[in-house]
Amino acid sequence: MDTRENIANTTDAVISIRGVYKAFGSNKVLDDFNMNLQRGQSKVVLGRSGSGKSVLIKCIIGLLTPEAGTINVFGQNVLNMSQEQLDVIRVKIGFLFQSNALYDSMTVRENLEFPMRRHSIKLSEKEANERVVEALKNVGLEHTIDMMPSELSGGMKKRIALARTLILKPDIILYDEPTTGLDPITGREITTLIKEIQHKYQTSSIIISHDMKCVKNTADSIALLLNGKCYTEGTYSELAISDDPNVKQFFE
Amino acid sequence: MKPNKPAKQLQAFFDEAGRIARFTAWYFRQAIRPRYEFRELIRQCFIIGYQSLGLVVLTGFIMGLVLTMQLRPTLVDYGVESQIPAMVAIAVVREVGPVITALIFAGKIGSSIGAELGSMRVTEQIDAMEVSGTNPYKYLVVTRVTAATLMLPILVLLSDTISLYGAYLGVNIKTVTSANLFIWQVFDVLDFTDLMPAFIKTFFFGFAVGMIGCYKGYNSTRGTEGVGRSANSAVVLSSVMIFIIDLLVVQVTDIMGFN
Ligand SMILES: Nc1ncnc2c1ncn2[C@@H]1O[C@H](COP(=O)(O)OP(=O)(O)OP(=O)(O)O)[C@@H](O)[C@H]1O
Ligand SMILES: [Mg+2]
Repeated sequence: MDTRENIANTTDAVISIRGVYKAFGSNKVLDDFNMNLQRGQSKVVLGRSGSGKSVLIKCIIGLLTPEAGTINVFGQNVLNMSQEQLDVIRVKIGFLFQSNALYDSMTVRENLEFPMRRHSIKLSEKEANERVVEALKNVGLEHTIDMMPSELSGGMKKRIALARTLILKPDIILYDEPTTGLDPITGREITTLIKEIQHKYQTSSIIISHDMKCVKNTADSIALLLNGKCYTEGTYSELAISDDPNVKQFFE
Repeated sequence: MKPNKPAKQLQAFFDEAGRIARFTAWYFRQAIRPRYEFRELIRQCFIIGYQSLGLVVLTGFIMGLVLTMQLRPTLVDYGVESQIPAMVAIAVVREVGPVITALIFAGKIGSSIGAELGSMRVTEQIDAMEVSGTNPYKYLVVTRVTAATLMLPILVLLSDTISLYGAYLGVNIKTVTSANLFIWQVFDVLDFTDLMPAFIKTFFFGFAVGMIGCYKGYNSTRGTEGVGRSANSAVVLSSVMIFIIDLLVVQVTDIMGFN
């Protein structure tokens, strides 16, 4: 890689992952993984099921701790942060979970209020309420505010989860398979929503997806995770014409 | 392969015991440090108490009634019919009340905690709490274990009382005993050394049920079948644990001369 470009990349990166190694027992999941995310960029991570995509973004937010490497978020290494520092960083990072992770025992409103209350963000009742309503408006589901998650369809749950991710107005959003398990039409709606959010809030994002329609629409750059490494990176049009069978299989 | 299997199982048993011990040790470290989740604790106390209230009342009543009816023929044969209230009171307060109530509690609360935390684990709700500035162990485990530890003794006191009421009705099926006389007969035999160990052990029962339910749920493995397994093994393990604690308490109180 060109050195000048490399330096430029690291200095402008909001997330910079270097030499990350993560194993569960004898199962090596990430093995010397390197990747950068630039400010305002949206990067898709492609990889087969079980290749460690979820593990990767859980390492970024400190839910899992790699055995080696560094993960810098806004220039600070999350791997040697105290709990308090980690909480500060987590306010700036939104995480959309693969299984939505809506709290079953709480209403939609309580679900959205939870991150605000728990991060001790000083907001008046009125401001908090406005934020909840705004977040729900963003996903077009204001009328569900007093419903329980069990009353919502899969696509609605995904939107509410997205609204909850947005509630703290994060600078970075990590999406774990946002369209998986949804019908194609709902999947397209979620993709559109992600694009709108990127545009409206100028977020940087990492999107994990196998849904090539979603990938094509949202990716500025695509990284391919293979055997624990970042196998290759490029734009959609670059990778789509690749002859490499490892790359090709995703674009067929 | 064959001779290897028991050894493997034994190792698995000790591994699990070690993990539970560590999980439990974590409780004491986390419970004493701020931030304290008081609101959630109060909420859990209500939920846990309320969920098992009906069952505890019903089983307590039947227990007292049936025990009385079962004891009567033998005691009549020995000509000590007047001792029925005393016998039932001793049996209920010292052993049957705490153990049966704890077992009901394990079935109801142990399984519901196991299933609830299990499904929170597999649907990443526990992870979501953690990234939302919440220590999930404190918010979910410490509150539930503490609530179970505090609520079971109250439920046992309630169950004992209802049992004695059942016994009072049982006594009055065949003979007529006034409430005053019944109460006098009961409290004549019960003293501090009967009540105290029996009361104290219920805290341990509650703690064990809450802890095991939380452990099983919190460490649920992926997939929905893991949730069912967590709930089920929580009930089985905490029921066994109740008997083990019971045995230990009897030994300890025996040594201390509370008999
Ligand atoms: N907490 C864990 N404990 C043990 N192994 C784990 C854990 N989390 C993930 N793994 C293992 O790590 C590997 C990668 O899992 P991961 O969930 O990251 O896959 P993925 O790429 O997100 O797949 P999918 O597309 O199916 O979500 C798998 O082999 C999985 O079994
Ligand atoms: Mg995944």
